[in-house]
Amino acid sequence: MIRCEEIMAWVRELDLVYQSNKASLTELDAAIGDADHGINMVRGFSAAAKELSEQTPPDIGAILKALAMILMKKVGGASGPLYGTFFLKASMTCNGRTSIGAEDLVVLFEAGVAGIRQRGKAKEGDKTMIDAWEPAVRAMREAFSGGGDVSEILRAAVSAGESGRDATISLAARKGRASYLGERSRGHQDPGATSAVLMLKAARDTLA
Amino acid sequence: MKKLMNDPGDLVVESLRGMEAAHGDILRVSYEPAYIVRADAPVRGKVGVLSGGGSGHEPMHGGYVGPGMLGAACPGAIFTSPTPDQIEEATRALDGGAGVIYLVKNYTGDVLNFESAAELCVSAGIPVETVIIDDDVAVQDSSFTAGRRGVGATVLIEKIVGAAAERGMGLAEVTGLARTLNEEARSMGVALSSCTVPEAGKPTFDLGADEIELGIGIHGEPGRERRTIRPARELVEYMSEAIFSDLPFHRGDSIIVLLNGMGGTPLIELYLLYGELERVARTRGLHIRRRLVGNYITSLEMQGFSMTALRSDDRILGLWDDPVHTASIRWGS
Repeated sequence: MIRCEEIMAWVRELDLVYQSNKASLTELDAAIGDADHGINMVRGFSAAAKELSEQTPPDIGAILKALAMILMKKVGGASGPLYGTFFLKASMTCNGRTSIGAEDLVVLFEAGVAGIRQRGKAKEGDKTMIDAWEPAVRAMREAFSGGGDVSEILRAAVSAGESGRDATISLAARKGRASYLGERSRGHQDPGATSAVLMLKAARDTLA
Repeated sequence: MKKLMNDPGDLVVESLRGMEAAHGDILRVSYEPAYIVRADAPVRGKVGVLSGGGSGHEPMHGGYVGPGMLGAACPGAIFTSPTPDQIEEATRALDGGAGVIYLVKNYTGDVLNFESAAELCVSAGIPVETVIIDDDVAVQDSSFTAGRRGVGATVLIEKIVGAAAERGMGLAEVTGLARTLNEEARSMGVALSSCTVPEAGKPTFDLGADEIELGIGIHGEPGRERRTIRPARELVEYMSEAIFSDLPFHRGDSIIVLLNGMGGTPLIELYLLYGELERVARTRGLHIRRRLVGNYITSLEMQGFSMTALRSDDRILGLWDDPVHTASIRWGS
């Protein structure tokens, strides 16, 4: 069972995780983008951890919605609207709920990823965060269908997300700023897919 | 890294404070959320012209806020698009009842954030039209990329669209004009050195002592290819070919050109480059009717330059000559 406390622990963990990966995410972005991804993620999640701890909304839907609005305001770049949309769509699956179970968690992630897909219009293979998200949510659904609990579902998500993230290294980008490089983007790991996997790992470490 | 600043995280806001102090007669600054708006906004019955984007490209966009050009500008963090709340607030501050046009450079982040803001404003009853600017010929335009980047044409389009709005043209007409201008403009840039994003602390990319990056983007994104530096004459010829053959521009066309420095290139070199460009244009039978030479859309302290050509008829030239009074572009009265 996941309660508001676990969701808040996830938010705090995201703040810490992006802080400790700020330089590496920014370096990945410098190679094929514009060298701001780590900086932007830290700005967004630090603000979120601070604001939400000062005034924690009453239910999971409200926490995720508040998180979404903070990210849209603070992150900027493409990742602001994309992660903002992820949490906004996710929040709609658990309005008014103070606890959710394994299937709710799968539905929450599926809705969030559907939001990213719709807003960013990227497909798998375009070398974007979608390359981590799509296999991760498929693995979550499979793990749940196979009788997995929250912990097993999130471990499956991390593992599939990591494979998807690693596969971006050999891809040529077709969406986002890296697409301007075309073939020259091959050989570099996508920063968005990398920050997506960090988000899944933080979920695994706090929600299960 | 050596930069003239206090805390890297405060650079944008502290620069805005200085700008407000220097140009309070032309513009007002809001800090939370951050936007710059012309001092006399909202102007009743006139279309508001709003642009924005990452900081680090000064004087674009805040330097172009004022009568005859932009009504408002939304600065993001360095090289990072502004967020929907900034754009929405700026739109409200600007709207004088005739609607607002967004001039957006084609970068995924900018497009997504302006799209979100437009949805918010339209649902609040403010008519908003968006025109995406994508003039960079260095980038292949295909369904396999995010499309061409918006670069130097943005400056020219902001001036001309701002003049049209000042004359009292309606939102639909101003929007049509902006689209036409974007279709008629082409640009390309070259970098001699990288730039350093203050919070990153080190150069975005490395160039060898004798290397240049052709087709550089305004955020230090790599372009077409890396080569050994050549004489200025050859660089201008290479870039002219890329720009003029792309539209294509035809013998006899009238054009407005922008010979732009990327922030770290001295004017003595920019004027030399402009001289070469005049020569190349003449041999191609192109008439440069108006020009800007200087730092207008920069990439922090990057050394390098870009060239933009905009095909223009008498109507466009007339709008270009209309009075403008901003921090960085002023003429007429």
